[in-house]
Amino acid sequence: MSAGGTPGAGGTLSDEGTVTAYETVVGLEVHCELATTTKLFCGCRNAFGQEPNTNVCPVCLGLPGSLPVVNRRAVELALRIGTALNCRAQRSIFHRKNYFYPDMPKDYQISQYDEPINIDGWLELPDGSRVGIERAHMEEDTGKTTHVGGGGRIHEAGHSLVDYNRAGVPLVEIVSRPDIRSASQARAYVTELRSILVATGASDGRMEEGSLRVDANVSIRPAGSLEYGTRCEVKNLNSLRSLQRAIDYEVARQTALLETGERVAQETRHWNEAGGTTHALRSKEEANDYRYFPEPDLVPLVPDAELLAAAAAGVGSMPAERRRLLEQLVSGDSKAPIPARGDSSTDQVVTVVDLGLDELVAGAVAAGADPRLALARTANEAAASPEAARSLDRLAFAALLKMESSGQLSATQSKEVLAELIARGGDPAQIAARLGYEQMDAVALEAIVDDVIAANPEEWERFRDGDEKVAQFLLGQVMRATKGKANGKTVAALFAARRDA
Amino acid sequence: MTAKQSRGLGSVSEIAASVRSGEVSARSVLDKALQRVGELEGDLHCFNEVTTEKATADADAVDRMVASGADPGPLAGVPIALKDNLCTEGIPTTCSSRILAGWRPPYDATAVARLRIAGAVLVGKTNLDEFAMGSSTENSAFGPTRNPWDPTCVPGGSSGGSAAAVASGMVPLAFGTDTGGSIRQPASLCGVVGVKPTYGVVSRYGLIAFASSLDQIGPFAATVADAALGLEVVAGHDPMDSTSLDRPAPSILASLGDGVSGLRVGIVEDFLSDVSPECSAAVAAAGEALAAGGAKVEHVAIPEVLLGLPAYYVIAPAEASSNLSRYDGVRYGLRVDGPDVETMNARTRGEGFGAEVKRRIMIGTYALSAGYYDAYYGQAQKARTLLIRAFETAYRTFDVLLTPTTPSVAFPFGSKVDDPIEMYLCDLCSIPSNLAGHPAVTVPFALSPEGLPVGVQVLAPALGEALMMRVAASLEQAAPPGARGPVTP
Amino acid sequence: MCPRIREPGGRAAVSEPERLISPDEVRHVARLARLALDDDEVDRYAVQLSAILEHVDAVRRLDTAGVPPTAHPLPVDNVLRPDTEAPSLHRATVLAQAPAVEDDRFRVPRIMGEAP
Repeated sequence: MSAGGTPGAGGTLSDEGTVTAYETVVGLEVHCELATTTKLFCGCRNAFGQEPNTNVCPVCLGLPGSLPVVNRRAVELALRIGTALNCRAQRSIFHRKNYFYPDMPKDYQISQYDEPINIDGWLELPDGSRVGIERAHMEEDTGKTTHVGGGGRIHEAGHSLVDYNRAGVPLVEIVSRPDIRSASQARAYVTELRSILVATGASDGRMEEGSLRVDANVSIRPAGSLEYGTRCEVKNLNSLRSLQRAIDYEVARQTALLETGERVAQETRHWNEAGGTTHALRSKEEANDYRYFPEPDLVPLVPDAELLAAAAAGVGSMPAERRRLLEQLVSGDSKAPIPARGDSSTDQVVTVVDLGLDELVAGAVAAGADPRLALARTANEAAASPEAARSLDRLAFAALLKMESSGQLSATQSKEVLAELIARGGDPAQIAARLGYEQMDAVALEAIVDDVIAANPEEWERFRDGDEKVAQFLLGQVMRATKGKANGKTVAALFAARRDA
Repeated sequence: MTAKQSRGLGSVSEIAASVRSGEVSARSVLDKALQRVGELEGDLHCFNEVTTEKATADADAVDRMVASGADPGPLAGVPIALKDNLCTEGIPTTCSSRILAGWRPPYDATAVARLRIAGAVLVGKTNLDEFAMGSSTENSAFGPTRNPWDPTCVPGGSSGGSAAAVASGMVPLAFGTDTGGSIRQPASLCGVVGVKPTYGVVSRYGLIAFASSLDQIGPFAATVADAALGLEVVAGHDPMDSTSLDRPAPSILASLGDGVSGLRVGIVEDFLSDVSPECSAAVAAAGEALAAGGAKVEHVAIPEVLLGLPAYYVIAPAEASSNLSRYDGVRYGLRVDGPDVETMNARTRGEGFGAEVKRRIMIGTYALSAGYYDAYYGQAQKARTLLIRAFETAYRTFDVLLTPTTPSVAFPFGSKVDDPIEMYLCDLCSIPSNLAGHPAVTVPFALSPEGLPVGVQVLAPALGEALMMRVAASLEQAAPPGARGPVTP
Repeated sequence: MCPRIREPGGRAAVSEPERLISPDEVRHVARLARLALDDDEVDRYAVQLSAILEHVDAVRRLDTAGVPPTAHPLPVDNVLRPDTEAPSLHRATVLAQAPAVEDDRFRVPRIMGEAP
């Protein structure tokens, strides 16, 4: 069940919990820069952050006489994305999308129109809901414009400056069906999509660097209605938080309009992060007529065996599948139902898969470690340094976890040893010894326990009478006396034995 | 008409052979070419730019190679001219348009690079109808070129400058581009050989695009053999052009002299009633000459060829309207300022483009626009399929086809330029080959009663260059020598 | 000698220049194509473009049921290049012939419309 929308007879629940008569309908267009070495149609480097206009050639600058030649790797990655999104790959062609804009070297963009490379897929969110994918097609990126004067906003600017380094970078545009029913579901969709894109190696998914860009199409309709309301396209969403806030704002704005008897105008709106609002863009003289026609400088793409094999090679296991496997591993033979969202166990699974650390957990479990402990330590501690953690020795990790499970090390001590293991590697037993975390002498520990009992007679009486809270106090006293070296479970067992004796 | 036959500089193969052997220096050949240019260029205006310095450097480099014993290439020391829509690094390439006046490309077209490596010496960039749109070279922003056979007449277009440069003996070899007939029509009007290869045989990288699915680069020369030599040098696969065929240059010279015995030749009747009497008579005579050489010659009806003109005048402008969008005053070329970028674009293009270019951009934009795409562009692409199928059928019965090259001989300046339709009709016989992607060649075969050259056209199926040129060579032998250039005006 | 376009079957095309494209449509197309035209030009082009459309009308009326379009004369697909770097242009070359440059970028007057 997706959070934020409970379609029922007559009402929907917004994220804030207020009852409205309208259902939120959102479709998302995500542009993803592909992680190729070179641009889509030429051999210029595909790299971020270069000095302006140092990464261009006759082709990506659109100089007279230049011609495009398609990058094989870009096609492989596009097919890989399609596979990961359960799309059908098909024979496709490129089209020219004709419009004038200074960041467009040719004043047309080479894109795909009615014969795109991937169609009819879907994406499964962690909560089990599915969002349809209409298409995932290839196109080239534009240059970048900066506006000078007027606070850098286009309308007040005196003039603009164009850098074509980014022109020609390969993009895949992923268009969802309007299946999303809330701002939080939209956020979950982009999060999961990003995770998939990174997992396939097709993209580095950095929204803040612009390698992942999201536009939202937002509309509302009376709950239960099958027709779509008028939609607005919202642009300038630079983070997941912006996406969520913008959708909430739009839904509220459109709701207010309809409730006062006005109509929602179909328009493109710009999200203003500082003000937390959207505003309509200056309307153009007329809507763009892109005059699409098949790109005569390129030939069709046919997903042949070679291309499909190269695409499949990188797909491996997608996040949803990996989460399922990890949950199974952790639940073991237990027939306990999959925990609902919000349970700490499920969040741990999502975190671990997202960081690519599921293999670490699986490796430790295979070497005999307790699955839940392995999951917890990975999600809570190892996650702090995911890159280093990925190459953590599985056997060493398993050995450490066994030391903790058996009581040899306290939780605190275990975390310290783990941090050391991740940072510098080594043998957990040796590290523990070096840190002074050897097992406390049992006789010495019993003596300390007896000392604490003797020093705190009132508390001891209360403990004997069944006061649980005072047990923590007594334990704390032992910990203080042993400088944290004592194993909490062992100490608790010693107190219990004396109480029951 | 007062033009006199001239020997010019000699044939391409003769020049190359004598330079390679050291008998003659490239420099001395160039000097002769430049002298001829000096004598005639003032009257004819073949060139937008004569590249004297560069040519001298090129010639000297060839001579040094010969002296050192290295191989200077198959076109060693041959002076050439290139249509000014072919990118030449560091040398202005203007498409005879104000919007690109003075623009120097930072790179060579692939064909240009291959000519350079072959040892050719670039004498200059030739005049054309602006952005290759026209059939008379009257649409050039820098003034027209005159026909060496009769300077009151046009040389044809759009590659008028290249055709006239060869026809007047300034250079023995020139290159142009052909989208709807822009090599063959001026070649015919100037009494020289002109070849359009199969689409994809010569790389378009560096050819400033007019209509991408139709454009091809090809040679002008006084003889079929010289044109074949030139074509073999530039042809062959280029990884920089996705539409370039993945095969090496066709081998044409080897079989050029094999004759036409046993070949099946079809005279396409559908054009014959739409062309002038001298043009249809030349075709009939050409048919007889081939029959005398042992070919089997018959008439054939291919009514679909008449779809060519209307389909072309939708497809070519449509592609051109998109190809020419990049001339917006932002990155290079002319800029006419404005208060905002949209106005700057419009003023730049309004002032930078001539009337014919603007007409074609607008027709093309209209044909692609919302609501009209299916009726015009969509239909035209289907008409193209019908034409291709009709050719396929014809080529089951015939090896090559014979047609007039153009509906008329060279016409006086100003007689068609004010009526676009009149001008478009000049492409009647040449357009079908571009739409089908097939090769075609024009051979000077006769003279009109006024003494103006008349060409005949040989068509072949895709990759049929060798066969087509073989037939052309045969026709060339049967033609009266007075029918072809070079001439001195 | 001016040949007329004939349609297959031998009928000559109609030669009266009907107004197939109006001055307003010319203005619309000129705007799409970013061509600045004055009123005289608009009227003149309306006449000429109408004549051209008249002559290509044969294509519009053609029976093409079941006929696929030809986008390319070549029956080729999958022309691809390896993902390896090639040299870029030097920035000085890139900017050398630019009409206006500022901060190593191409300078343009203010942009009125948003990017689509």
